[in-house]
Amino acid sequence: MIEIRGLEKYFGTLQVLKGIDLTVPKGEVLSIIGASGSGKSTLLYCINALEEIQAGSVKVDGTDVHAKGTDINALRQKLGMVFQQWNSFPHLTALENVALSPRIVKGKTKAEARDIAAKQLEHVGLADKLDVYPSALSGGQQQRLAIARALAMEPEYMLFDEATSALDPELVGEVLDTMRLLAEEGMTMICVTHEMNFARDVSDRVAFFHQGVIEEIDSPDKIFGAPKSEHLQKFLSNIR
Amino acid sequence: MKNLPDLLEAGLTTLQIAVLSMVIGIVIGLALALIRMHMRGPAKWFASTWVELARNTPALFQLFFFGFGLGAIGVHLTPYTIVLAALSFNCAGYLAENFRGGFQAIPDTQLRAARSLGMTGWQAYSRIIIPQVFRIVYHPLTNQMVWAVLMSSLGMLVGFRELSGETQALASRTYRIFEYFAVTAVIYYAIVKFILGASRLLAARLFKY
Ligand SMILES: Nc1ncnc2c1ncn2[C@@H]1O[C@H](COP(=O)(O)OP(=O)(O)OP(=O)(O)O)[C@@H](O)[C@H]1O
Ligand SMILES: [Mg+2]
Repeated sequence: MIEIRGLEKYFGTLQVLKGIDLTVPKGEVLSIIGASGSGKSTLLYCINALEEIQAGSVKVDGTDVHAKGTDINALRQKLGMVFQQWNSFPHLTALENVALSPRIVKGKTKAEARDIAAKQLEHVGLADKLDVYPSALSGGQQQRLAIARALAMEPEYMLFDEATSALDPELVGEVLDTMRLLAEEGMTMICVTHEMNFARDVSDRVAFFHQGVIEEIDSPDKIFGAPKSEHLQKFLSNIR
Repeated sequence: MKNLPDLLEAGLTTLQIAVLSMVIGIVIGLALALIRMHMRGPAKWFASTWVELARNTPALFQLFFFGFGLGAIGVHLTPYTIVLAALSFNCAGYLAENFRGGFQAIPDTQLRAARSLGMTGWQAYSRIIIPQVFRIVYHPLTNQMVWAVLMSSLGMLVGFRELSGETQALASRTYRIFEYFAVTAVIYYAIVKFILGASRLLAARLFKY
């Protein structure tokens, strides 16, 4: 379970998160929607401590992420993350991209790491690309590679930060399909997304971000069918 | 020319000291670049001063500093150490600037991605960032290696018997100065060509992406 309480985040004097309270139980798929600059990415970065926080707390399975004594590298293994910009490691083959952290972070042997990597690449439909360098992969394939790389650490939660918004339209589907597959397998997921169909069809709940607060959070039916907040109504009508 | 073996041996000394100063220069240069990017205060000042002095003063003066300068305050190094220290100092300064450009060319997201997988900062740098930086600075690195070979010829001015020093010694005994230095020039040329060829082969092996 991820528990966020009173989370506040500043960049200098700019307050980006203004008191976030959010609980994500195991097995839930939560989508986060909202305008550009409302703090969605920043929230994800605060969950795995890629950003520091100024007030409040984030707990993952009871462990305080931002506490001094926390072994953050161990905790991050529970929290897979996929970013908006594809960031495959360009100097490593697809297989090496995925096998590296199981080997050096988890201490698996070379052979074990290779097996894990091959399995995860097959999982995301890249079984025929094991020895290819990322430069020879399409954006969609690189994003699936990033998903496989995160999954290879056997995370219990997956954080997706607009995993499809840097992709050409024809490549979006393959990545969303992979995310759907994960959701069906029961992975706990927090997905920042601009894909409203995905948010509606796949999520258990949808959170609407507005200027650093969660303005509305509910089932997809309620969020898309009967939005209460004025900002959300406006946001949705702008998209349609 | 019966002294050719001596010259070839001195050529090896030249190559050896150039390689060694490059290795030291790379390690220190990386450290200087990282200090300048991530630290403040005296450490940053020290690193910046190093880079400024190495790049903006004649290599000859740098050599004389480690020779006569330190000698004047009672620190007497062997000619070999003087040349190695001066070359390493110079290489580190130049390479630090190249490395800095290389680090800046790597998007932040690479580090974030690596850390999000649970890698420590050290693992992320050694496995993800620095290997990519080496590709970016590979050509400047090769140039610096050539430069180190050529610069090592200054060693003869502090009595070091590398290729130039050896040539000078032999030539002054026989008075066939032009011939000796002509042969030596050919040897330098061969060393440089060898380095450029080896660098190309190594690049083909290292950088498959
Ligand atoms: N490293 C940073 N330094 C300073 N300001 C930042 C930094 N990162 C983000 N911000 C600012 O914080 C605010 C929220 O950014 P964030 O990236 O979380 O928004 P977002 O909701 O993910 O938007 P988008 O949909 O465009 O990705 C923005 O105003 C942004 O300019
Ligand atoms: Mg964002």
